[in-house]
Amino acid sequence: MKYVDEYRDGALARQLAAQLGKEARPDREYHLMEFCGGHTHALCRYGLMQLLPPSVNMVHGPGCPVCVLPIGRLDQAIALARKPEVILCTFGDMMRVPGKDRVSLMRARAQGAHVKMVFGSGDALKVAEENPTKEVIFFAIGFETTTPTTAVAVKLAAERGLKNMSFFVNHVLTPSAIDAILGSAEARSGQVRVDGLVGPGHVTAITGLGAYERFAREAKMPVVVSGFEPLDLLQAVLMLVRQLNEGRHEVENQYSRAMERGGNAIAQALVNEVFEPRASFEWRGLGTLADSALQLREKYAAFDAEKKFADVVYAPVADHPSCACGDILKGLKRPTDCRIFGTACTPENPMGSCMVSPEGSCAAYWLYGRHQTSGEQKRSA
Amino acid sequence: MATQKLFPRKLDLAHGQVEMIHGSGGKAMAQLIDELFAAAFDNRYLAQKNDQAVLEMPVGRLVMTTDSYVVSPLFFPGGDIGSLSVHGTVNDLAMAGAKPLYLSTGFILEEGFPLADLQRVVVSMARAARAAGVPIVTGDTKVVERGHGDGVFINTAGVGVLPVGITAPSGDRAGAGDAVLVSGTMGDHGVAIMSKREGLSFETTIESDSAALHGLVAAMLAVVPDVHVLRDPTRGGLATTLNELAHQSGVGFKLEEQRIPIKPQVRAACELLGIDPLYVANEGKLVCVCAAADAPKLLAAMQAHPLGKDAAQIGTVVPDAEHHFVQLQTSFGGSRILDWLAGEQLPRIC
Repeated sequence: MKYVDEYRDGALARQLAAQLGKEARPDREYHLMEFCGGHTHALCRYGLMQLLPPSVNMVHGPGCPVCVLPIGRLDQAIALARKPEVILCTFGDMMRVPGKDRVSLMRARAQGAHVKMVFGSGDALKVAEENPTKEVIFFAIGFETTTPTTAVAVKLAAERGLKNMSFFVNHVLTPSAIDAILGSAEARSGQVRVDGLVGPGHVTAITGLGAYERFAREAKMPVVVSGFEPLDLLQAVLMLVRQLNEGRHEVENQYSRAMERGGNAIAQALVNEVFEPRASFEWRGLGTLADSALQLREKYAAFDAEKKFADVVYAPVADHPSCACGDILKGLKRPTDCRIFGTACTPENPMGSCMVSPEGSCAAYWLYGRHQTSGEQKRSA
Repeated sequence: MATQKLFPRKLDLAHGQVEMIHGSGGKAMAQLIDELFAAAFDNRYLAQKNDQAVLEMPVGRLVMTTDSYVVSPLFFPGGDIGSLSVHGTVNDLAMAGAKPLYLSTGFILEEGFPLADLQRVVVSMARAARAAGVPIVTGDTKVVERGHGDGVFINTAGVGVLPVGITAPSGDRAGAGDAVLVSGTMGDHGVAIMSKREGLSFETTIESDSAALHGLVAAMLAVVPDVHVLRDPTRGGLATTLNELAHQSGVGFKLEEQRIPIKPQVRAACELLGIDPLYVANEGKLVCVCAAADAPKLLAAMQAHPLGKDAAQIGTVVPDAEHHFVQLQTSFGGSRILDWLAGEQLPRIC
């Protein structure tokens, strides 16, 4: 497949790994956090952690929108879907995530809630147009990558005067999550060590590299924004190792084939027109963070499901006590450190979001890591 | 004096719709069966107009199977629910090494379903049955109220015979050292369906591989009468089928990614959708496990058949009594597990 296979060339990957082996100093450690769940999956799927020199350790970040959504918000979506007049449109990824009492949207649907899986916000608009007697709600989740598509749908709904369409907005912001991790008690006490950051390529294609400048400047954190193919990631790791060896802390772009320094100005303007920062938002694992998520501007209040259905309120729900998703999202634990990983919690019967989401770390370890020898598991742990 | 016609007006197949009376057991139902089903399926068993068919006992062992079809959309590139309901059940018989003999069918129709669409489905089903040489010998029709079905659901059951001298292939007979073969490219059916699905439609030249495989199986058994396992990797695709077989036989599989035939268009579509073609359904392909020594001649026999021209050996059976893992040597150089499909990758594709 053109433009994809080139970035999955095994021989080239081994050359890059050999170069890394030469440049990574054995007398120091490199703890590098890949923020994005897509990166975690690529690392596991292609066995890249086995190719890294022993001094380079990958710390898995919280960049999975399904994983970081707290149970309370999911329960809110389920409560909305249970209203007889409502059709809740959702991405497939959310369907199987367990909420309170392990009820997922899928289970709620089996119990009679009207939940429809869609492939994008545009499909939800179509559902609203085809069902004028129903209230259609789009369960909008995601980081900066999916926010512009929701913004477009909100604007279209307004233009078309769709009175039966609203949006349950859960869009979250990458820099806030990075702040929370770097500023956490665990990071300050050294329990979580992050020397460099592999930045999310798709998010940055929207936001631009400027979003990370302050981490490089203030936290003296080297950042390399990376693509999602195995060669992209190996190259990004090499670039981070070089920055650390040379004592630099800059924002570099490995993903130059897909993104420009300033990001996507049109998308940024759209998001800014439709959304504003939310005072605070709860994240699974990271806690309640100020200015870390978006809500619809007053101008679009008529399309805000939280205002339209104000009787459905947010109630925080603690994760299951055995579930380590919170610590895993903070980089404090590996999936294999969780007591119920692969026993009480599997993709068929998930206890936490990290095992269900296609971008979750637990799902990646379960899917790609189980057959590796214990020695290799230990290497990555 | 001429006898009065039972149905003075013919069914309006161009503009008519399924109505509740078509399932009521009365004259309207008799007319639907007469003018649509019996006319299309046209064989001596149906011509007797009984509620059952009386069949000859063949020599050998009987093989029986049943399957229900709820595919959405009903019509897709390369086939429709009618042809699929014949191919799927014929293939389930063929995977036991059987020669398919007879089919039955049950239709569940939704009130309001256009008769023109129903005719398209029935004609396609009749054509598929005729091409496979397997008559539909008995059937049933029910109608449910509008909103309680999805146009049409079809059940077919099949009876076949396992010829004397053939050891029945079975999912529990894969042994360490055996060879694993597939009859052609993986994922065509699922991608063809997805390309037409509401909300996902994209342009592709991919057609469903829906086909009856008993001819291919007969050609294979003619050269190797003791094929250990035959299975059609339908729902869940190759990955899920091999996991089933690994558990049934108490073994593991080791596959080589580069040897698994996948059309470039299918790979591209799956890449775009973020899914793995090895989990995508097939309706005209089979997986075969045989003794390593038999693999070359079996592969040659498959490749000589039109439905097996892209056949390939994709891996081997390995001992793995503990985990029953299906492992994939990737073209990148590592190895990874092909797990069971968790949840549903695609709703209702067969």
